[in-house]
Amino acid sequence: MTRLYGPRGWVAIGAAALVLFAVFPLLALAVPETSGLHLSAYWVTLIGKIMCYAIVALAMDLIWGYAGILSLGHGLFFALGGYAMGMYLMRQIGRDGQYRADLPDFMVFLDWKEFPWQWWNTGHFWWAALLVVAVPGLIAYVFGYFAFRSRIKGVYFSIITQALTFAAMLLFFRNETGFGGNNGFTDFKRILDIPVTTPATRVALFAATGAALIGTLLLARWLTTSRYGRVLAAIRDAEQRVMFCGYDTVHYKLFVWTLSAILCGIAGALYVPQVGIINPSEMSPANSIEIAIWVAVGGRGTLAGAIVGAGLVNGAKSMFTQVLPEYWLYVLGLLFILVTLFLPRGVMGLLSARNGR
Amino acid sequence: MKKFLPMLLLALLARPAAALDAAAVHELGFGDNDAKIAAIAALVAEGDPRAAGLLQAFADGELSTSGERVLVVKGDAGFDALSGAKLDVLPEERDDVVVNNRLRRELGTAVAALRLVSPKLETRLAAARELAGGADQAMLPLVKKALGKERDAQVRRLLELTAATLELKTGSRDSRIAAIRTLGESSNPATKPLLLGLLERRKDGTYAEPDAELRAEAQKSLRALNGRLAWGDRLSLAFAGVSLGSILMLAALGLAITYGLMGVINMAHGELIMIGAYTTYVVQGWFRNGPYFDWYLAAAVPAAFVASALVGMALERAVIRWLYGRPLETLLATWGISLMLIQAVRTLFGAQNVQVENPSWMSGGIEVMTDVVLPWSRIVIVFFAAAVLAGTWLLLVRTRLGLYVRGVTQNRAMASCVGVPTARVDTLAFGLGCGIAGLAGCALSQIGNVGPDLGQGYIVDSFMVVVLGGVGQLAGTVYAALGLGFANKLLESWSGAVLAKIAVLAFIIVFIQKRPQGMFAIKGRAVEA
Repeated sequence: MTRLYGPRGWVAIGAAALVLFAVFPLLALAVPETSGLHLSAYWVTLIGKIMCYAIVALAMDLIWGYAGILSLGHGLFFALGGYAMGMYLMRQIGRDGQYRADLPDFMVFLDWKEFPWQWWNTGHFWWAALLVVAVPGLIAYVFGYFAFRSRIKGVYFSIITQALTFAAMLLFFRNETGFGGNNGFTDFKRILDIPVTTPATRVALFAATGAALIGTLLLARWLTTSRYGRVLAAIRDAEQRVMFCGYDTVHYKLFVWTLSAILCGIAGALYVPQVGIINPSEMSPANSIEIAIWVAVGGRGTLAGAIVGAGLVNGAKSMFTQVLPEYWLYVLGLLFILVTLFLPRGVMGLLSARNGR
Repeated sequence: MKKFLPMLLLALLARPAAALDAAAVHELGFGDNDAKIAAIAALVAEGDPRAAGLLQAFADGELSTSGERVLVVKGDAGFDALSGAKLDVLPEERDDVVVNNRLRRELGTAVAALRLVSPKLETRLAAARELAGGADQAMLPLVKKALGKERDAQVRRLLELTAATLELKTGSRDSRIAAIRTLGESSNPATKPLLLGLLERRKDGTYAEPDAELRAEAQKSLRALNGRLAWGDRLSLAFAGVSLGSILMLAALGLAITYGLMGVINMAHGELIMIGAYTTYVVQGWFRNGPYFDWYLAAAVPAAFVASALVGMALERAVIRWLYGRPLETLLATWGISLMLIQAVRTLFGAQNVQVENPSWMSGGIEVMTDVVLPWSRIVIVFFAAAVLAGTWLLLVRTRLGLYVRGVTQNRAMASCVGVPTARVDTLAFGLGCGIAGLAGCALSQIGNVGPDLGQGYIVDSFMVVVLGGVGQLAGTVYAALGLGFANKLLESWSGAVLAKIAVLAFIIVFIQKRPQGMFAIKGRAVEA
């Protein structure tokens, strides 16, 4: 493990952990609200949200930056994880909904008498946690198996993943699917029987997200520096040669693809209780393609770049949507164009060029 | 005014000898309700078309009495109800004749019945349609009488149906059997409940209709009717499929050039469709108050092509040119372009949908069968799509530009060596593909909403068409578009729109597994390019 990063890398990660697990919680909980140093609920949620996105960006970087597979459907896996967690959170509302019924409000509204089969056992946290991992993983595995086996790659693969998330979005928009239709899930009250909107819970979720982010980073670093990671990069650069060397590329790609989907699912599950809503628009093709630009801005093929890119783009997004909402799409569009034209290696590429490497 | 005209005609033509039944008209004004209804029936039985005007005036509350005379009062003018002559002076003291609901109902059917014998075809047709919707038992003799005189086939069909419906309720056994047969020959879904009613069982298991032979006839007629209705359904389904297919083809044809031939993934293709639609909107605005509004499309079609082509060529020069051979980067950059175009249109025209009106010759439709109406706008689009396809094909196969485009596609280096200006050909070909997207937008504006998000709805579909059809061929695009259109509509008819779409997407994903090159693949060494 210690060989993953040099001393400076470990110091940076340690500093990040200190900030996430000690400084921010203290600023949010112990510092009085009147103080200028107080971290308000808005900031806790925003940073927590961006860390979820950063996990997604890492997952995307693993497959795009290291394996050369551009997925335009990662929003689907993110949303599936979110929905799995959302089902548990909806169960946790109990009888505190508008209709004071055992079933979630939208089911009462649709005049359903019992939970549909998808909701089986979702009242238990361990089952929800299992779904968070298993559903995106399984779907990605099956889809990837067929796609990689028939050697679909490049743009074809991208377009098909886009169709996949588009189809799923249409499906989830329907009330009959049993996931709340247009409105999705919202109005959560509790998680693990603890009220979900109190400052302490928020900080706990924040810290959990931070832990997940650091864990994902270390896992990704370990993978990419291992022998497996080198084969992956070789597949990205010249797949046929790797095949001729005797490697079964399908399994290499399938593993990283499934892992990436699972990471997205975990990020989605952490995202939902913090933001308080999940609906089918998370699966829209536009959302998925935005993930690619986070990675592109930060710099493909560098893990730190993915995190930096997710932070930069989403930070800019929340700033713009508050101050100049009508200009955000121009900025995002320009970002897509300029990064692909002038910054093929992203921000990290700029930095390393300055360092003379 | 419409009601007034027959009245006026009546007034001018009225001759005392052929006037209406005086006693009946008198009863209209002075009798009690029963007497009035009897008088209405008498007037109807007489069958004088002029009575229609009088009864209509009655229904409109324009009838009043003064002394012993019955008058029709229209505004300030008064007419004698019997002769129709205009009165010189409108008497000051009048009593309005009150119309209650019962009378109004009687008047309604009576007027319809009288209109059946009107000399004007349109009046008769309208009246026959009204009666087919629900006629009173007492109308039967009248309908039969009208049927005896009617020459027009369409009116006859409607009347026969009405007569059969009425006959079925009251007529003799033979006439009922005849009526059932007539019903079996119609293609009007409204007759189905009538026949089903005959076959119904009561709760105790006996049939509502005791006569077994009648039931057998009804069964036969029902089968014939169902068969015909099923054909109507199939016909409208097939048309919906062709229509959707032609739209998909228009949307995908441009992609077949930019992606299929040039290999450029243009995610902004949908937005170029949108630009075409908005250009149509702008051109329509110029024509709005002029006399040539019906022909604004003649200007809008080339304008949409040029606008989208120019935007496309500008994009090619500014962005896409630098990304040739890097498809994933092209995808992201063009996605960025599409975001900016959407926002630009929002800034210019607002986020709301804009209204694009059909020219009058494109509204309405052909009624092939009862309940099967093919809208003109969609028919026009089918032909338009065919014309665009033919034009594109000719351009690619018969012109020098087409030759260059194919040459550059097949072997860029070689084409360049023999002096083809590859960079210019790229720009022009890209412009052509985008221009066709503009044409698609112009067509779409005629049948759907025009808004900034218009293109987003088509981008996934049109890529599916190209992927399914195979890269590098126009024929593949055509077959894939029509096939997808049909499949979509066919599935839609028994599983709903959303599930149909999902099923089609799932099918494509599975299909690509089997044939990653699409239906029509270019054979050769370029597979791993």
